Amino acid sequence: MIPISYYLYLSLALFSIGMAGAIIRKNIVIMLMCVELMLNSVNLLLVAFSKMHHAKGEGTLAGIDGQMLVLFIMVVAAAEVAVGLSIMILFYRKTYKTDVEFLNRLKH
Amino acid sequence: MENYIWLIPLLPFIGFIINGLGRNALPKSLISLIGPGVVFISFILSVMVFAAVPSGAGAEPVIIKMFDIFNLENIKIPFAFQIDALTSLFMLIITGVGFLIHVYAVGYMHDDKGFGKFFSYFNLFIFSMLILVMGSNFMMMYIGWEGVGLCSYLLIGFWYQNKDYTIAARKAFIMNRIGDIGFLIAMFWIFKEFGTLEYKEVFTALPTSSISKGAVTGITLLLFLAATGKSAQLPLFTWLPDAMAGPTPVSALIHAATMVTAGIFMLTRCNLLFDMALTTRELVAWVGIITALITATIAMRQNDIKKVLAYSTVSQLGLMFAALGMGAYVAAVFHVLTHAFFKALLFMGSGSVIHAMGGEQDMTKMGGLRKLMPKTNITMLIACLAIAGIPPLSGFFSKDEMLLSMFLGNKIIWVLGFIVSVLTAFYMFRWYFMTFYGELRNKEVHPHESPATMTVPMMVLAVLSVIGGFIGIPAVFAANGHKLNDFLAGVTGVHEGGHEIAASTEIMLMAGLLIFVAGAISLTYKKYNGKTDGKSEGIWRLFENKWYVDEIYQAVFINQTENLGTMLKKYVEKAGIAKALFGVGSLSVYISKQTKSVQTGHIGTYLLLMVIGIVAGIGFFFFGML
Repeated sequence: MIPISYYLYLSLALFSIGMAGAIIRKNIVIMLMCVELMLNSVNLLLVAFSKMHHAKGEGTLAGIDGQMLVLFIMVVAAAEVAVGLSIMILFYRKTYKTDVEFLNRLKH
Repeated sequence: MENYIWLIPLLPFIGFIINGLGRNALPKSLISLIGPGVVFISFILSVMVFAAVPSGAGAEPVIIKMFDIFNLENIKIPFAFQIDALTSLFMLIITGVGFLIHVYAVGYMHDDKGFGKFFSYFNLFIFSMLILVMGSNFMMMYIGWEGVGLCSYLLIGFWYQNKDYTIAARKAFIMNRIGDIGFLIAMFWIFKEFGTLEYKEVFTALPTSSISKGAVTGITLLLFLAATGKSAQLPLFTWLPDAMAGPTPVSALIHAATMVTAGIFMLTRCNLLFDMALTTRELVAWVGIITALITATIAMRQNDIKKVLAYSTVSQLGLMFAALGMGAYVAAVFHVLTHAFFKALLFMGSGSVIHAMGGEQDMTKMGGLRKLMPKTNITMLIACLAIAGIPPLSGFFSKDEMLLSMFLGNKIIWVLGFIVSVLTAFYMFRWYFMTFYGELRNKEVHPHESPATMTVPMMVLAVLSVIGGFIGIPAVFAANGHKLNDFLAGVTGVHEGGHEIAASTEIMLMAGLLIFVAGAISLTYKKYNGKTDGKSEGIWRLFENKWYVDEIYQAVFINQTENLGTMLKKYVEKAGIAKALFGVGSLSVYISKQTKSVQTGHIGTYLLLMVIGIVAGIGFFFFGML
């Protein structure tokens, strides 16, 4: 059985990559993908811990709540991507750019 | 008495409401029926009360409770009337003289567009004054006390379009407020000492209570401060002459006959307290006599027909206070009564003259009105003789009794009182001769006698001024002649006792005063028959300029207060409070300026900051970092 720490490292790595991408990149498509990456790193963590708890309490419902939460996150993430992509398309139709710098008009 | 007593103050109040609400809608004829009418009914009822009231030594007051003003655990203040000899006498003066002046005002104010408003204020005044004298506790008196102050303010400033008049009204109100503070504190103090504000309970508890001498002195001093405000004594007398800005019926009713005697009433009501504080009584006597002397000298040199009477009022009130200081409560109340008659009459007469002269108040422009206004002339002559103290007119008896009490009490005060009495004759006959004798100095006006609504009340008051004194004939002339003394014995106790003075001395005193008074009158006849004062010199200038009291007050109090205000504005308001408040504003502007570079508009930067914030928050939460 793979120790829990492996999952932790992987998840941390995925999350960091996602975060770095979201902060550094200026392309809005990439940024959305990075956000998805962060969400999925969390999902991975949840599933891993859920499995760990389940293994300790065999035959009970222990750890099942973590998996439920993952399903919730997936649904929400799907909805979020739908909204995010539609906003992106609208941006694109207006500006013919996918560059998030366009949004710096928020400053004014 | 219980059945109708509440009607006496209520009727003027109803009149106030009807006249006040209908001031524009009701016709003048109806207002002039309601205004004096309600007061007349109150007068009839007051006569009934007067007939039924228990009087004489040891008489118990009748207390009629209507409802509680407030009723708390420890404080219970009822709205109750206390009817005794003193109250019934004052009720007669207020409603009786008040009614006559209401009738007079119908004629005097006839062409004024504020007719309805005037009568509503007048009725409100009668109501307040009745509450003041009829109440059974200090709270009721205070309600009336403030009420009459309010009416006085409203009526002095009745012609509010004139700025000087409104300033005079404000002056009266503020001066009165200074005194009222004294009343209020005295009331608290009485409540602290006795736990009640009912006259009867306070005065019953007084002889056996453990109240300290200092407390009694303090309470009486504060009460006297209130009296100096309302009754225009030193140091608060300057408002009364200015109060003559109001219409003349107002001067007659409020600033001569009734309201200004509230101080006398209050001191007489609290005579048991004042008898325990001889220091205060000494002070009362001195303040009274000095006020009387100063204002009498001022009255000798005024040329405004109403100002002379105003200073005369203050002077007569001063004499009353001097008598009160001697413990001669009956004498003071007696003089209140006779003074109400002849001073109201004098004001009515001056109003009649002003009316005839087309608003002119300067006596140097008058003269010779004797032939043109015979009715006014005769009544004014009677009033002047009465106030000068010529027997057998009313003023003689009351003034003589006051002077006698001073003679027995303090010889210096008596000498001053004697001088004031002689000066009274001087300034009143100067006033009379300047107005009615000689030739009319202003040829442009054509004076005419006033209408009957004005002259008839004057005649009634003239008759009263003549016969009013017979209720208090001194024992020298008739045994048991002093009906008033017996009547009030239940309230004032038997302070006077028998006059411990030989009859011959008493007659000598009267004769001596009469000789001087006659001398003063003949002097004024020589000096003012058809003539006026020349340019004033020496001490006369001091008198003409009213001893510069107003100027001194201006310099000492008003200017200093203004200076204090300017200083506070400069150093506290502008340098302190304003700076601090503006500082808060400019501080936040400064902070925003310094931190606004954070807002770059780059989403990446915001995200980074957010992450740093979250990490810092989590770190703080879990590991207690930062």
